Amino acid sequence: MLELRNISYEVEEGQESREILKHINLVIDDHFVAITGPNGGGKSTLAKLIAGILKPSEGQILLDGVDITGMDITERARQGISYAFQQPVHFKGLTVKDLISLAAGRTMMVSEICDVLSEVGLCAKEYIDREINGSLSGGELKRIEIAMITARGTKLSIFDEPEAGIDLWSFKSLIRVFEKMREEINGTILIISHQERILNVADKIVLVTDGTIAAVGSKEEVMPKLWLTEAACRTLMEKAE
Amino acid sequence: MDKIQKDLLKQVADLHKIPAGAYNIRANGKMAGRNTTANIDIVAKEDKQGIDIIIKPGTKNESVHIPVILSESGYQEMVYNDFYIGEDCDVTIIAGCGIHNCGVDTSKHDGIHTFYVGKNARVRYVEKHYGEGDGNGENIMNPMTVVYCEENAHLEMETTQIKGIDSTNRITKGELKAGASLEVHEKIMTHGRQYARTEFEVDLNGENCSANVISRSVSRGSSKQEFFSKINGNAACAGHSECDAIIMDNSCVTASPQLTANHIDAGLIHEAAIGKIAGEQLIKLMTLGLTEQEAEQQIINGFLK
Repeated sequence: MLELRNISYEVEEGQESREILKHINLVIDDHFVAITGPNGGGKSTLAKLIAGILKPSEGQILLDGVDITGMDITERARQGISYAFQQPVHFKGLTVKDLISLAAGRTMMVSEICDVLSEVGLCAKEYIDREINGSLSGGELKRIEIAMITARGTKLSIFDEPEAGIDLWSFKSLIRVFEKMREEINGTILIISHQERILNVADKIVLVTDGTIAAVGSKEEVMPKLWLTEAACRTLMEKAE
Repeated sequence: MDKIQKDLLKQVADLHKIPAGAYNIRANGKMAGRNTTANIDIVAKEDKQGIDIIIKPGTKNESVHIPVILSESGYQEMVYNDFYIGEDCDVTIIAGCGIHNCGVDTSKHDGIHTFYVGKNARVRYVEKHYGEGDGNGENIMNPMTVVYCEENAHLEMETTQIKGIDSTNRITKGELKAGASLEVHEKIMTHGRQYARTEFEVDLNGENCSANVISRSVSRGSSKQEFFSKINGNAACAGHSECDAIIMDNSCVTASPQLTANHIDAGLIHEAAIGKIAGEQLIKLMTLGLTEQEAEQQIINGFLK
């Protein structure tokens, strides 16, 4: 169970400070939770605060009752938090095999890596020795990023907009990966997404707008509120113009 | 051969025992072992230090090991090794130099390797430079490699200096005839107050010849590295050089590429990048449970793999 208590995050902009997240209180104990909301609302910031990449200005983060607020990224990873980046990082020289093994925390046999890669729809033979660099497409990098998370198999897996930066066809098959993960993975999956098909399979949806939690609940409860947010209205107005 | 010398051999030539095929082991300026085969002859030079390695035309799938080790502190030498590789050969040559210096004097190995690669021959040339020792004496190595490729000849060179060399000036020169190709992969890591200078000069003289020079380096501590490359396209040819460096601590890296096209159909490219390890790379590996130091080490290991 993940619990956020009164979490705020401020950034300095020149002389002024701006609140990105404002006094967030949230308990996540379901199996598959989606965070959604307009761009710029604070979703990715929230994910980075949970993974320890950012430090909150105030508040507490608890994982299974343990206060992890003061822990760094490594300690939180070892406590059981995994985080899939929105934009996968390139590594010169490190291969798919290297990163999957690092994720698993042990030397893996080729057959084990094959299993992990086939879960995300990649043929191991083609990819196992490829470098994690620009020679791989956005969709391929995203799949490898997801494979690293499944190789870890931690109690909390966070995915930051897995649909960002990939084409529609890749995304369609990626959805199946998440549907399968929902069935097979133990622990909590926390996924930031705008995609309706992802929201459809979520046990719970958290709507984050303007640095606050506007709603928490089922899709039926939350989606009407999303359309009423100022940002959503603005997008619709711009489209109408 | 004592344990120190055996360890050096292991480091520079991956030799755990006497190698198969032709070899010449040089230890503190003396021959410590030699073997020739029906196709590969090794002859000591009479006018200066060094050997001639003569490989008969058509020799395939054979290898030559010619490691050099220095374990006497303060020993200095200048060695000339010439390789005559006959037409249609396909061979691997493993060189390398290891210095163990536990004294206060400077140990130094300067070597000039000249390759005459015959028509249609293929050569893989691997060299590794390594230094160690707990004394204050410096380890210096100045390797020079000169390659003459005849028509359609191919030479692939892997050169590595990872540890223990205080000062090095590495020069590689190539002259290529029609259809010939030269591929160089260099890996360097410097630390402490070490200095490494590396210089490539390739003349692409024949039609459809090509050169690809790739250098990857990591500079740590207060070390200094300089990379110079000159590719001269004198015919319809293709030249590519790439210098990629990770800079750490208070070190300094210079990359100075030069391309000259003397022919309208010379296609020449250079890429150079110097930068510290990207913060997001460290963060990614830390989210997998590695500490910052472990993440840094993994990134460097991968980069220099």
